[in-house]
Amino acid sequence: MLDDIKRIKFSNGLLVLLKEIHTAPLISQWIWYRVGGRDEFPGITGISHWVEHMQFKGTPQFPQGVLEKLIASQGGVWNAFTYLDWTAYFETMPADKIDLALRLEADRMRNTLFEDEIVNAERTVIISERQGAENEPLFRLNEAFHQAAFKAHPYSHDVIGSLEDLTRMDRDDLYKHYRTYYVPNNAVLALAGDFEGERILERLVEIYEPVDSGKEPPRLGIVEPRQTSQRRVVVDGPGETAYIKIGWHIPPATNPDFWALNVLGSLLTGPSSHSIIGGGISNKTSRLYQVIVEGELGVSVSGSLPATIDPHLFEITIVLNKNQDAETAINAVGEVIQQMQESPPTEQNVARAVKQAKALFAYGSESITNQAAWLGFTEMFASYEWFRSYLDNLAKVTTYDVQEMAQKYFTPQNLVLAIYRPTGNMDENE
Amino acid sequence: MSEEKGTFNQLRSNQKASSVEVYATLPGPDDVKRQQLDNGIVLLCRENFNSPSVVISGTLTAGGIFDPDEKLGLADFTASALMRGTTKHSFYQIYDILESSGAGIGFGCGVNSLSFSGRALAEDLPVLLGLLAEILQYPTFPEEHIEKLRTQIMTGLAIRDQDTGDMAGLLFDRIVYDKHPYSRPIDGYRETVANIDRSNIVDFHNQTYGPKGMVMAIVGAVEPSYAIEVVDRVLGSWRNSDQRLSPELPPVVPLPKTVTQRVNIPGKYQADIIMGGAGPSSCSPEYLAASLGNSVLGQFGMMGRIGEVVREKAGLAYYAYSNLSGGIGPGPWYVSAGVDPQNVERAIDLILAEIKRFVKEGVSESELRDSQEQYVGSLPLAFESNAGVATSLINLERFHQGLDYFRRFPGLVRNVTPEEVLQVTQRYLDPEHLGIAVAGPE
Repeated sequence: MLDDIKRIKFSNGLLVLLKEIHTAPLISQWIWYRVGGRDEFPGITGISHWVEHMQFKGTPQFPQGVLEKLIASQGGVWNAFTYLDWTAYFETMPADKIDLALRLEADRMRNTLFEDEIVNAERTVIISERQGAENEPLFRLNEAFHQAAFKAHPYSHDVIGSLEDLTRMDRDDLYKHYRTYYVPNNAVLALAGDFEGERILERLVEIYEPVDSGKEPPRLGIVEPRQTSQRRVVVDGPGETAYIKIGWHIPPATNPDFWALNVLGSLLTGPSSHSIIGGGISNKTSRLYQVIVEGELGVSVSGSLPATIDPHLFEITIVLNKNQDAETAINAVGEVIQQMQESPPTEQNVARAVKQAKALFAYGSESITNQAAWLGFTEMFASYEWFRSYLDNLAKVTTYDVQEMAQKYFTPQNLVLAIYRPTGNMDENE
Repeated sequence: MSEEKGTFNQLRSNQKASSVEVYATLPGPDDVKRQQLDNGIVLLCRENFNSPSVVISGTLTAGGIFDPDEKLGLADFTASALMRGTTKHSFYQIYDILESSGAGIGFGCGVNSLSFSGRALAEDLPVLLGLLAEILQYPTFPEEHIEKLRTQIMTGLAIRDQDTGDMAGLLFDRIVYDKHPYSRPIDGYRETVANIDRSNIVDFHNQTYGPKGMVMAIVGAVEPSYAIEVVDRVLGSWRNSDQRLSPELPPVVPLPKTVTQRVNIPGKYQADIIMGGAGPSSCSPEYLAASLGNSVLGQFGMMGRIGEVVREKAGLAYYAYSNLSGGIGPGPWYVSAGVDPQNVERAIDLILAEIKRFVKEGVSESELRDSQEQYVGSLPLAFESNAGVATSLINLERFHQGLDYFRRFPGLVRNVTPEEVLQVTQRYLDPEHLGIAVAGPE
């Protein structure tokens, strides 16, 4: 799905990726900005996500209310996402209506209105979004887990930001953030679908090149100090169900170890699609499912290996069976890790991880929206070459590489644990 | 905006129209192969060689409607236990076959039907269909797995008890569908799940699983004739003379007045509100008008009029929208919002005022036209993925819409008038007879 990609750098620094797909009369445009939770510090946590909300509040050319009406009435869909490293916007439109989306994104790259009144109305909407998330035990646990894992790096806070910062920030903070990071030289535009490359490129030049480039956005450049001893955090909350998060610090997606870690993750908790896009594959034959769920310690186990710019975590999430003890489950995970450290998996196991990735790629290439998403997504932490060579790199992983990863990263001093302790069970635990 | 129009027109003339003809890409009688096997299974197949993957999707009539009250959750439990072993393969073997090839099969249960879906690389379609056929016809429901599943289901129910959205939905169904099958949660209650034993599951399977009423779609990188041949080979000989047919759904008794009920979930940060009533079935001739009305009310753009009032103007909620569920029976038509517990009354008042205005004034010509254009324009988006096509094909069959439905769809949509929307709205969303459910901290 990566054949025939055009990659063009505009004079204002905007990177443009084009892929023609003539299977349906649709075009999907994704614009990715290199800004997210990674660029925030205490005092402005959640600002990137809030700016993303403001991008739907209109410009002088496309006032609030007009935007969504235009997109919808032309049969399009659109949405946006804010993540640790990036903020992305997409529109998938009938092919003959794509011009609207092009002009809209170029316009709101520079001209979004940040009116005080609207900023304040959105404050309560985002606080409501946060309250909805706080209803979920896993959100609260994740927040505590990442705070424990990252002492210096901004990956410590959730993308939505703290309630205190959401209450404090004002219009000027938001506008400054917007002007700093929403510049063409900090963005990647990916377009896939039913267009003719040369013609659409001419139009993109007309629309996007007049947007002035800005200063290279500043980066916090914070390096998380190496963790030297196990960390553990407990969150108490309502309910009867306990949850566990287990994580180890791992290198970023561009590190050569990432591929063997990928295979290791696949063996432990099932294959990862690394992405907001597309579903996964079940994990019932994975080692941890067999031990945790078949062993009746938990009702589910899942893993994630996020593709990020800076080092993040390989994370395991377990939902415990009622009355099962968190320590028993944690010890069971420890035993599986020890087995991986002591002996390599079979070659068949590795081949299987490759086949699973191949299938996930095939599913991901069914839709034009997904294809455009992948083009830009990989540019946020690597380049599309990362994606192009994905299957080859996985295929090169040896069984000993996998064993080495378990030995190198899944050590006791590199471990972070978080336990959600349901208050209904507190008496039993104490 | 007049200048904008000029630009649009200029562009239309400059830019070559799409190289793909819109209507030719929509599923229709010329590219969907429909065949009924001798045992009653209806197959719908459409090829798509753009990606080397294939999707299967389908329904059987083995839904929760057959559940006895004291064993509520039986259909759902049975569906969860299907893949725990067959006469030929153990639980581990089934998943080993699937996961080794990056394939998957899953089952879900509703009141009226059991649904399934699966996907694989096209080269693995015979394996996928072979396993599906085995799982449907020859599950063994090992006792050991039944107990494991019961523990998982009980944990799921404990999590449900803490979910404000789920609990508001449960309460809403109880208010609006009193004494109707739709009042009952498909996953049951802890005490009813505790009553279910292996023999109940075996009996349920024997009595409700069968080829009658089964519909399956296969979409992806396979020739339809080949797909049909494989299905016929693995499922063509399935017969079940004991298969019970789904009972007719009783009518929904309208509420005598608006009923508001609350469920207290302490320790939460947000409350969920659901308010509305029973809506038309997807098979109803009124459905399309209701759907377009619903779009204006709480979907179009940023969640329609409801989103505008509750989110954009009042800043009360991250989500505030309306939904028309449809389906085989009278699925709910409701407005849903998640708000700060202190703002529950204010949000209910705002939503109620909007519903009243909607039922009194209906939709304007331009509002309706916007939604009509969206429905027509976005049709190709529904068919972006094989799964999207498969789901749409299943619905064509279940809702008796005919293979040419998507080709007729633009005309059907554009023919709906504001008067029709008003009539259907007044029939189904009477503001004096709503169910209102709130779940959250007091």
